[in-house]
Amino acid sequence: MKIKLFTLFALILTMTAFGQNVDLTGTVTEASSGQPLPGVNVILKNTTKGASTDFDGNFTLKDVPLNSVVVVSYIGFVKQEITILNNDPLNIALVEDSESLSEVVVIGYGTQKKRDVTGAVSIVDSKTLDELKPVKVEQALQGTVSGVNVTSQSGAPGAGLDIRIRGISTNGTNGPLVIIDGYQGDLGILNPNDIETITVLKDAQAAIYGTIGANGVVLITTKSGKKGGKTQISFNSYVGFQEATRKLSLLNSTEYALILNESYANGGQDLPYPNVSNLGEGTDWQDEVLNDGVPIMSHDFSISGGSEKIAYSISGSHLYQQGIIAPKKTDFRRNTARASIKADLSDKIKMNTNVTYTYLDRDSVNDFGLGSVLFNALNTPSTYSPYDSNGDFTLLPSSTGLGIEIINPLAQIENTYNDYDLKKINGTVSLEYQILDKLNLTGRVGFNTSNSESKTFSKIVDYGGKVFDIGRSSVTQNAINDNDYSLDVFATYQNTFFENHNVTLTGGTTVYKTYGNGLYATGYDVPNNSWEFADVSLALGTGGDGVRDVSSYAYDERRLSFFTRLQYDFKGRYLFSAMLRRDSSTKFGPDNRVAYFPSATAGWIISDEEFLTNSNLVDFMKLRVSYGILGNDQIPPNGYVGQLSGEATYIFDDVLVNGTAIGQLPNPVLQWEEAKKFDIGLDFRFLNNKIDITTDYFINKRDNLLITNIPVSGITGVFAPGGGSPTVNAGGVENKGFEFAINYRENLTDNLKISVNYNITTLNNKVTEVNNSTGFLEAGDFSVGQPAIARMEVGKPIGYFYGYKTDGIFQNQSEVDAHPSQLALGAEASPGDLRFVDVNNDGEITTDDRTNLGDPIPDVTMGLNLTFKYKNVDFTAYAFASIGNDMVRNYERTLSDVNRLDYVLDRWTGEGTSNSVPRVTTAATTNRIFSDFFVEDASYLRIQNIQVGYSIPQSVIDKIGFSKMRIYLGVNNLYTFTKYKGYDPGATSGSPIGGGIDFGFYPIPRTYLCGVNLNF
Amino acid sequence: MKNNSIKKIITVFLLVITYQSCTDDFIERDPVYSIDSESYFNSEDDYYNALIASYDLLQATYVNVMLGEIASNNTLCGGGDATDVIGFQQIDDMIHTPVNSNLRDIWNWMFAGVNRANYLLEFQDKTDFEGKEIMIAEAKFLRAYYNFELVKWFGGIPLKVDQRFALGDETTIPRATPAEVYALIESDLQYAIDNLSYTAPQVGRVTKGAAQALLGKAYLYQDKFTESSLVLDNLIINGPYDLVTDYSTVFESEGENSIESVFEVQYTDVEGAGFDCLQCSEGNVAVGFNGVRNYDGPLFDSGFSFNVPTQEVVDEFEEGDLRKDVAILDIESWSTQTGATYGTGYEHTGYFNRKYIARQGDLNTGDQNLTNPNNYRSIRFADVLLMAAEAFNRGGIDDTKARLYLNRVRNRAFGNTDNEVNLSGTALTDAIYHERRVELVGEGHQFFDLVRTGRGSEIDGFVIGRHELFPIPLEEIQFSNGNWEQNPDY
Repeated sequence: MKIKLFTLFALILTMTAFGQNVDLTGTVTEASSGQPLPGVNVILKNTTKGASTDFDGNFTLKDVPLNSVVVVSYIGFVKQEITILNNDPLNIALVEDSESLSEVVVIGYGTQKKRDVTGAVSIVDSKTLDELKPVKVEQALQGTVSGVNVTSQSGAPGAGLDIRIRGISTNGTNGPLVIIDGYQGDLGILNPNDIETITVLKDAQAAIYGTIGANGVVLITTKSGKKGGKTQISFNSYVGFQEATRKLSLLNSTEYALILNESYANGGQDLPYPNVSNLGEGTDWQDEVLNDGVPIMSHDFSISGGSEKIAYSISGSHLYQQGIIAPKKTDFRRNTARASIKADLSDKIKMNTNVTYTYLDRDSVNDFGLGSVLFNALNTPSTYSPYDSNGDFTLLPSSTGLGIEIINPLAQIENTYNDYDLKKINGTVSLEYQILDKLNLTGRVGFNTSNSESKTFSKIVDYGGKVFDIGRSSVTQNAINDNDYSLDVFATYQNTFFENHNVTLTGGTTVYKTYGNGLYATGYDVPNNSWEFADVSLALGTGGDGVRDVSSYAYDERRLSFFTRLQYDFKGRYLFSAMLRRDSSTKFGPDNRVAYFPSATAGWIISDEEFLTNSNLVDFMKLRVSYGILGNDQIPPNGYVGQLSGEATYIFDDVLVNGTAIGQLPNPVLQWEEAKKFDIGLDFRFLNNKIDITTDYFINKRDNLLITNIPVSGITGVFAPGGGSPTVNAGGVENKGFEFAINYRENLTDNLKISVNYNITTLNNKVTEVNNSTGFLEAGDFSVGQPAIARMEVGKPIGYFYGYKTDGIFQNQSEVDAHPSQLALGAEASPGDLRFVDVNNDGEITTDDRTNLGDPIPDVTMGLNLTFKYKNVDFTAYAFASIGNDMVRNYERTLSDVNRLDYVLDRWTGEGTSNSVPRVTTAATTNRIFSDFFVEDASYLRIQNIQVGYSIPQSVIDKIGFSKMRIYLGVNNLYTFTKYKGYDPGATSGSPIGGGIDFGFYPIPRTYLCGVNLNF
Repeated sequence: MKNNSIKKIITVFLLVITYQSCTDDFIERDPVYSIDSESYFNSEDDYYNALIASYDLLQATYVNVMLGEIASNNTLCGGGDATDVIGFQQIDDMIHTPVNSNLRDIWNWMFAGVNRANYLLEFQDKTDFEGKEIMIAEAKFLRAYYNFELVKWFGGIPLKVDQRFALGDETTIPRATPAEVYALIESDLQYAIDNLSYTAPQVGRVTKGAAQALLGKAYLYQDKFTESSLVLDNLIINGPYDLVTDYSTVFESEGENSIESVFEVQYTDVEGAGFDCLQCSEGNVAVGFNGVRNYDGPLFDSGFSFNVPTQEVVDEFEEGDLRKDVAILDIESWSTQTGATYGTGYEHTGYFNRKYIARQGDLNTGDQNLTNPNNYRSIRFADVLLMAAEAFNRGGIDDTKARLYLNRVRNRAFGNTDNEVNLSGTALTDAIYHERRVELVGEGHQFFDLVRTGRGSEIDGFVIGRHELFPIPLEEIQFSNGNWEQNPDY
């Protein structure tokens, strides 16, 4: 009976429903701005019936049964489901959701919902870029994304940054591929404010990029306007002041003189400073060269909007930064202008184009290595004053004790003149054609074209018999022209079979060509020995007879690729994709012109399984696995062909004559490096999506490393001037690691919102093959005239430091006598000298006792980001930590009279005085030979950015016509916690072998910022 | 309509791409502005350019010259400290091993020279032009010059005639015997003698005289006294060479390519150089290394205080020998005399190799220590006279002639005829040895003169049966994968 009643009731209800259909109308707006949202899908749930909003955000859906549910969805916004109870017009405000699983992720030749992504993919959005205020885009990846490490080569304005995705995998070029809106581009010069999202492909997901994807791929999506959006104008500006993050502790005059006296006395020489009483503190050379309050400023604006069929965005920016060393001689200026247009040319054809113009201007001083300004500042004794009694720069003596390389750093700055300009236009035009309902064709052209010019003036200068003395002035200029284009054509077919089988098939081709040339010229005898006249047009002198004052180069490299990708899922729960790319490239030898790169990924949305669908705890859980083969072709071109590029110069009739000689020996079987990438990952969200965790374990094996200049027998003539050994595929490196990222978001009250992001990456790097005669490659200078100290060797981390291990200090002669002789290293040991460990236990200390002293690769890196919002006040903090990276202290010149770091005050002066710092003496010792005494733990924690902002209440700014106004104060590189003695524990030259050797890296500046964001 | 035009544009666009891309021909391109090494030698200029390349490595022999002294009893290594250029130090102390980057330089650079000469000779028949045999003869002379250096330093070496060594040859081509190497040297030089004249087309290029002198020297190194005396005597009689009157002018820039210079390696100061490629320098690197450390005073420029003469060699000069003050700089007395200041390096003896230390007045192109323009007088006529004297004497051929040539050198040295030698037999041999040492001190001959005449034990630390030859670089032994045996006792 009950059943009957129920059935009847249901029947009536259904009839009612059938009978009571309504015509539904409504408006969809963006919650944050109140702007109408066009193109929003409004669909009757579980049917194909639906409509989309028009230009004004309005929609009409006819004949909708009461009590049915409509789904309102728009990409990038939180989906809403509304039960229809009557025919009142609906006002739906969609909330933007950058963390949404339905967010679309760029994966290369296509997009995918974040939920469906089966590779290891990380995203940095424009919000993060806003908060970090990076001068260069690369900085925004440091600490924000697991598995990515960004290191600086120098703190100088405009200096380069290196991105390493999941470790160092090659002795060659480790930088990732950068794809901007689909075409190959350059990250280093982009205006960060033009970027919408940065997507990092870390695993075999990148295999769609084949031979260029092995180092990982950074995909940049630039900002564009919204169709149907109201015109929006935004203006952002900040000004700031910079200062050095660090100063080293050096000896003052009195300390220096006392140490020098002791050193001379120990060496049996006369005291250089018999009277030290009046020396005082002397000159602090670091204070002389490092400046405070050095300006930086950035202004940018953008205007965006659109009509029903067209959206546009234009923007401009200006950045100016001076250097904390020599602010008048080192600066960086970047101006950009950009226009982007999207248009629906017809129902089926969409056009998208953007063009960016960039202008860079950079001036610099010698900021790296022996001879850099800082190197001179560190080594010049504090007893010298910057200026002599005439007000001229003090000349440092050219003596045995000070050598012929150390010069007055202020004079050096004064005499440095250079200029570098770059003008670049890059952009893309793409057309999308919906040929059939399920078939979409995309054609795309991307291009970069840039011209750069630089000029260096070598003034006649006398530093008093130093190697930097210049007797004849000259000016060297160059003009470089670089171009490239990418042409893509690809089709995407998307269909669902038997309801649950979703298939996307992508296939296409990419053509890439890069070409350009460079022209160099030098003119001598610059009029008036002055920068104002420093141009080849005025410098009429030529080099010696037969000397070539001009040179040039040209290149033309090409790549042709075909690719296909199949994506399949069953009910959106079981996901699978397979990719295959075929590349042919001019980089490879004729026997190996073509390469195939297969890969596959799979995913399982566990939370869709019945046993989890009703879980209160877990909102989402996905298991991902990927494996694939990728390539790296970043090697010098033409390695497979013998060219007459050697140097052949001799003198006939007293005049230089230039001939032709063979250059590098060719290797006709040259091919790409091969990366095999495995990744397994688990993503889950719980507590109502408040906690979002991503974990990955990866194994990246790189084989066939292109080892340039592989050692070969000298009988082949490779050591001739301009000659070179062939590049051979002969090495292997493996990186394994674990990544964990957690994101916690909570609205504690209506007024207080917090978000915490933390990520950690471990890295284990091991060389698996070095197939040359010696079994290792070496590089990396230490001191002067010592053998290379960094090696790539099987079983060790790439670029590990190779030298002597020490075991304290000899305290007395009997300890010396009891220890194996150290004479073979150049001097007999005395009490107070470093005791080297007889690693091979052969009873003597020889070069065979050198061993692994550490490596510059961090074992663990971490990033932490905190955000609080309380009413109108917001606070963000970013921190980055690197643990287990070692660094070599190499900014101390090995000469008797140079200034020193104050750790020398703790030196050994007699039995029991020190067991770590050796004695000082001018006599020959082995204490300066590369040992672990010079290797320091450079682990660090850096507070990268802290910012406090205040948004002016809406009620106030409405009156003055703004939609948003925020002012903020911030500090970049606030503080670095480290035990490392040098300027910057995070700096490295970027070389895989020989990185992490500190020649006195230019410290990164601490920047105090004050800025404003305006929208109207 | 509008749609159609867009479709047309797209069609054209796609066609263009398809046309460009659908074939691998797209990536078939020749390197831009580059000449393929295997399709060269199409004109006289090509041969000339390749010949220049063959000459280039002569400049890298600066290290052979320095080490020829340092290894001998003439000089100590010196330098900044005991580990300054460790390879030099070890050779000075006769404790060198197969691991020695400086010996490896000699091996690598001399083979680079051999290979460049062989490159030209490999294509010698490709294109004909008038006077080609002169260039062929020069290339052969240069091959002989480099091979002679290699056989002097390392003994038997792998040989490949008129063909470049290819990768892998190190595992298949055995070390030839010294006799086989000398046979090639002799035939190359004979070809040069037959095809060259006493006057070269340009100063600095090889002459018939240079080929004769080197051939005579090569014979002498094999104790082939008769052959040596014949070719050297022919050169002395028929060649245009003579001793310059004033020995003190020989090593100054005005003395370059003089009538006394039979063969001279050319250097210049017009091009810069750096430590990363010493063989690329167009200057004489040895001169900067030999120079006085932190020198500040007249006439000379600073250097690195290597290769410092010993008291013993200074004492070898006889009273009244005008050559002493030309060959040896006594820095203390010079300093007293001129007020010059200087630094004291490692193993400071107070003496410097005055023939080849940096002079003021050159361009000091950076790095100024590597770009000194002092030419190396590789074969001087005085050397030829002394070699001829030695051949005539030691071969028991003609002591009168030997004395004649010896005294010609001595008379110039003393500025008079009062010091003529009147000895014969082994006493004359000793006199010739003495004369070679003082006449040629600082010029890189002494070590090999001692070794080839069985007097190696005069060098401290010299082990007979080992140190006559230098070890083949360890790297090369490894590359050869068992194909080459190390020299005895290394």
